[in-house]
Amino acid sequence: MIPAAFEYARASSVEEASKLLKKFGEDAKVLAGGHSLIPLMRLRLAQPAALIDINGIKELDHIKEDGQKLRVGALTRHVTIHNSAVVKAKLPLLAEIASEVGDNQVRNMGTMGGVIAHADAAGDYPTLALMLDADIVTNQRTIPARDFFKDLFTTALGPDEVVTEVVFPVANGPHKYVKFRRRLFDWAIVGVAAQKMNGGWRIGLTNVGPTPVRANAVEEALQKGAKAEEAAQHASDGLDPAGDLRASPEYKKHLARVLTKRAINQAEGHQ
Amino acid sequence: MAVTQLVGAKIHRREDPRLITGHGHYVDDLTRQGTAYAHFVRSPLAHARIKSIDITDASKSPGVVGVYTARDFKGLLAGTHPAAPAFVAEKKFVPERFPIAEKEVTYQGEIVAAVLAETKSQAADAANLIQVEYQDLPAVMDLEKALQKGSPKSHVDGPDNVCWDFTYTGPEITEAAFKEADVVVKERILQNRLAPVPMEPRGVSADYEGFDKKLTIWMSSQNPHFIRLFVSGAMGLKESQVRVVSPDVGGGFGSKISPYPEDYLVPTLSRIAERPVKWTETRTESIQNATHGRGQFYDCEVAAKKDGTLLGMRVVQYVDVGAYHGTFGAFQPVACLMAGGAYKWKGISARTVGVLTNRVPTDPYRGAGRPEATHLVERMVDLVALELKMDPVAIRRKNFIQPEDFPFTQNFGLVVDSGDYDKALDKALQLIGYDELRKKQAELRKQGRYMGIGFSTWIELCGFGPSAATAPATGGIALVESAQVRVTPTGSVIVYTGTHSHGQGHETTFPQIVADQLGVPYESVELRHGDTAEGTAFGYGTYGSRSLAVGGVAISKAAGKVIDKGKKLAAHMLEAAEEDVVFEHGSFHVKGSPDKSKAFGEVAFASYGMNLPEGMEQGLEAVAYFDPPNLVWPFGTHIAVVEIDAETGAPLLTKYAAVDDCGNIINPMIVDGQIHGGIVQAIAQALYEEVVYDEDSGQLKTGTLIDYSMPTANEIPTILLDKTITPSPTNDLGVKGIGEAGTIAASAAVINAICDALSPLGIKHVDMPASPDKLWKMMKEARN
Ligand SMILES: Cc1cc2nc3c(=O)[nH]c(=O)nc-3n(C[C@H](O)[C@H](O)[C@H](O)COP(=O)(O)OP(=O)(O)OC[C@H]3O[C@@H](n4cnc5c(N)ncnc54)[C@H](O)[C@@H]3O)c2cc1C
Repeated sequence: MIPAAFEYARASSVEEASKLLKKFGEDAKVLAGGHSLIPLMRLRLAQPAALIDINGIKELDHIKEDGQKLRVGALTRHVTIHNSAVVKAKLPLLAEIASEVGDNQVRNMGTMGGVIAHADAAGDYPTLALMLDADIVTNQRTIPARDFFKDLFTTALGPDEVVTEVVFPVANGPHKYVKFRRRLFDWAIVGVAAQKMNGGWRIGLTNVGPTPVRANAVEEALQKGAKAEEAAQHASDGLDPAGDLRASPEYKKHLARVLTKRAINQAEGHQ
Repeated sequence: MAVTQLVGAKIHRREDPRLITGHGHYVDDLTRQGTAYAHFVRSPLAHARIKSIDITDASKSPGVVGVYTARDFKGLLAGTHPAAPAFVAEKKFVPERFPIAEKEVTYQGEIVAAVLAETKSQAADAANLIQVEYQDLPAVMDLEKALQKGSPKSHVDGPDNVCWDFTYTGPEITEAAFKEADVVVKERILQNRLAPVPMEPRGVSADYEGFDKKLTIWMSSQNPHFIRLFVSGAMGLKESQVRVVSPDVGGGFGSKISPYPEDYLVPTLSRIAERPVKWTETRTESIQNATHGRGQFYDCEVAAKKDGTLLGMRVVQYVDVGAYHGTFGAFQPVACLMAGGAYKWKGISARTVGVLTNRVPTDPYRGAGRPEATHLVERMVDLVALELKMDPVAIRRKNFIQPEDFPFTQNFGLVVDSGDYDKALDKALQLIGYDELRKKQAELRKQGRYMGIGFSTWIELCGFGPSAATAPATGGIALVESAQVRVTPTGSVIVYTGTHSHGQGHETTFPQIVADQLGVPYESVELRHGDTAEGTAFGYGTYGSRSLAVGGVAISKAAGKVIDKGKKLAAHMLEAAEEDVVFEHGSFHVKGSPDKSKAFGEVAFASYGMNLPEGMEQGLEAVAYFDPPNLVWPFGTHIAVVEIDAETGAPLLTKYAAVDDCGNIINPMIVDGQIHGGIVQAIAQALYEEVVYDEDSGQLKTGTLIDYSMPTANEIPTILLDKTITPSPTNDLGVKGIGEAGTIAASAAVINAICDALSPLGIKHVDMPASPDKLWKMMKEARN
């Protein structure tokens, strides 16, 4: 529970952060909310040679409406997203998800960019980003979410790349995130997000594989007029989730189906 | 005359403002000048031979004071880890245990080396550079396999894995009962291994002063005097040369009773390095190394008549002892002696088998043996009721020990002091609205929903304990309790107790008792505990819900002695005969003439003066020991209501009611708090918590609080509380313990509710923790 020694530098701009990352090389890590990185360091599962603290970069902490887009800065905390009137109006599903990330401490510190860059299989925002075709903007380029999440804890980010923004489409139709967990502050055992937009449904699954999953088969079935119950049977198509202490692979697949049905039904205002 | 009665009043806990604003003093808050920090290197393997330890790089690491292995401690520490007889007088094999492994490691986390450095981080860094070469040995994990002939052994040099195999009463004692039976039900009941997770992990800080040969240890302990006894012995010091201070302690739950390797190693490191040494456990170390609770299974058989009359029970308990015998590890078999619960039986046969494995040792954990007993008897009674299609309430009422039966000698010769079990049950039924709930259940069942109501009509024995019973169990020291009451010249009162408060609120309740008894303001009474340099020669600590029922009574006795002396002195001052002086509401007066009086404070002041009766010494203080004539026997009824999600299997606890009887109550708010905490801890066992090791490698899989699912307030429904009061005839205060009651009662209520909910599927028994995936799987299989 005592991290190994590391260098520490505080960046005041994205350029400076990028320079510092270059300077310290491969083993440098960006420090945002620290709620994923610090626990790993304390257990010595991560031993970065340097931490580049981006908490002083004010321009990364923003929520902006931009036509049919909603731009969320990488340093925006879960609590800010949850409380934002703009998010509630333009992408209420994001506000709902933010309100269910971890506990108060986690929500006060954890950031949008941190969740996206960390790419934990149980992270909640990646599911939303993937299913809504969001863009991940970095100091170097814009990466579509579908190309961003490569594997467990693995993204398309280069070593000196800093996430600056996540750009979501505006969507404020029927929506629901059903997050199945034992304790209120737990990560999802399985999570399912449903969003109606442009006349169709977008369905995303959390923690049923190494990366977030878009439930294409469910979306197609719904498109063809299937009822939630029938369509949801396809939620586990092609899934091969890893079992863990909380759930066997079979149980996760079962939950994917049940929760998909519930997410759609609840989005439509049924129980 | 209106007198403020403190006993029975809801007074806010005195210690809370300090503790909840961060002004407490825990071991880690205290740092001596010149402290070096210890870091322990622990075995990553469950079972292995140590081939070599290379400390070269570590010794050269910045800030390192020294790196030490078993060899360095050999001449400085003697003896083996103490293993009390407890409830198993004869053991088969108790492995020798030195605080640091030399040749063989037998659980993941066992210490193999120690580093001392100028800072914590330097110590941790250097520890990472120590190279230990291990030769892997097979890990013994499964109890049944461990008992088979030819099983790998948890200690390579041991005869086998049997730590104990002890029969209290053989099957012949139940033969008649089983012959007479109309029904016999059988079940195997698991008790999941639990990590105690106190909010404050352990910590040891030691300063050995070589010139004076004096050792002071600050540590997070439930019983500092026992630690002084053990550590002084191992280090070759006199008890009088060692002082153990346990300042504020952030919870123990049993895990801070027994001595630990670090309790010996840190003081010895201070002796070697000739400077203060400090070690603070991390959360992962705590989950990995603090003694675990439960970790047992039971094979149980119950015989009953068609009308629900319980006849006989056969119990075999299998205890996962862990890699070493926990100091009080053989306390858990008390579950066998308590297996009969609140009911009358013709016969109970009981046997306990302690099995050595390659896991961390088990030791008492809140309730220790009594939650297991309640869980098994309450489950078995429900299984009989199910078999006979009887209401769980009816079968309980039919078999309860009745009020007129007390004192009641139960099957193992223990004498249950008092009780009125129907009364608590009646109240609980009302509190939860039982009849309505059954109606609702019938409706929900029609809709395909799974709602269940579960009972636990629990009893407990606690308040350890009478010398006749406890001296043989500890190996000589009777678990009585001591107290000292000292009155200063200005009439303020200092009370020393040998019990130890680590969440129980003694700083509030004990002064309540003394203030009432001496008639002095509550504010002028101060409680001291947790320092072997203060108070009486020996204190026995806090566990087994003994603090009030034994320690509180000792305090009251000491206060009584102070009054006795005060009376003599007041009689002298009032020029009256001692027999004519009465003490009431804080003043001494002559019988029949209340105006001829001396206030307690006046007498206190006079006691330090020169005008004393012939032969009386100065001062107003007294020491008392209380050796209770019996244990005390709290009881009650808990009722849980659950609904299980038909699709996901997720259990939701929707309602919980508890009616408990702990005899007379000193502070109802503290009693409620103890019950709340206890219940939550058992709900945690029933639904959430389990220490999981890899069954092949013996690797701990639940080493953080993300994986070890301790619930929080969010997961707990409102708990409805009520009480009955049946004073204990065992002590003058009429009190019984309440520290463990909630934990003893609640797991059975929750699991019984789950089994009731799932009974339409034909599911009869569910083991703990009843997690959604487990329930879903059972439901799926039952439906197929
Ligand atoms: C008890 C607990 C429960 C939690 N529950 C949930 C949950 O239910 N759902 C959920 O989604 N999360 C959960 N989290 C995680 C939480 O949301 C974290 O805060 C988040 O995963 C990481 O965000 P952070 O800002 O703390 O990032 P950090 O911990 O600071 O960083 C995480 C990683 O991302 C990198 N990084 C951070 N920001 C950037 C950036 N702008 N550009 C490039 N790389 C970057 C870091 O270098 C590091 O590798 C939980 C955490 C805890 C402690």
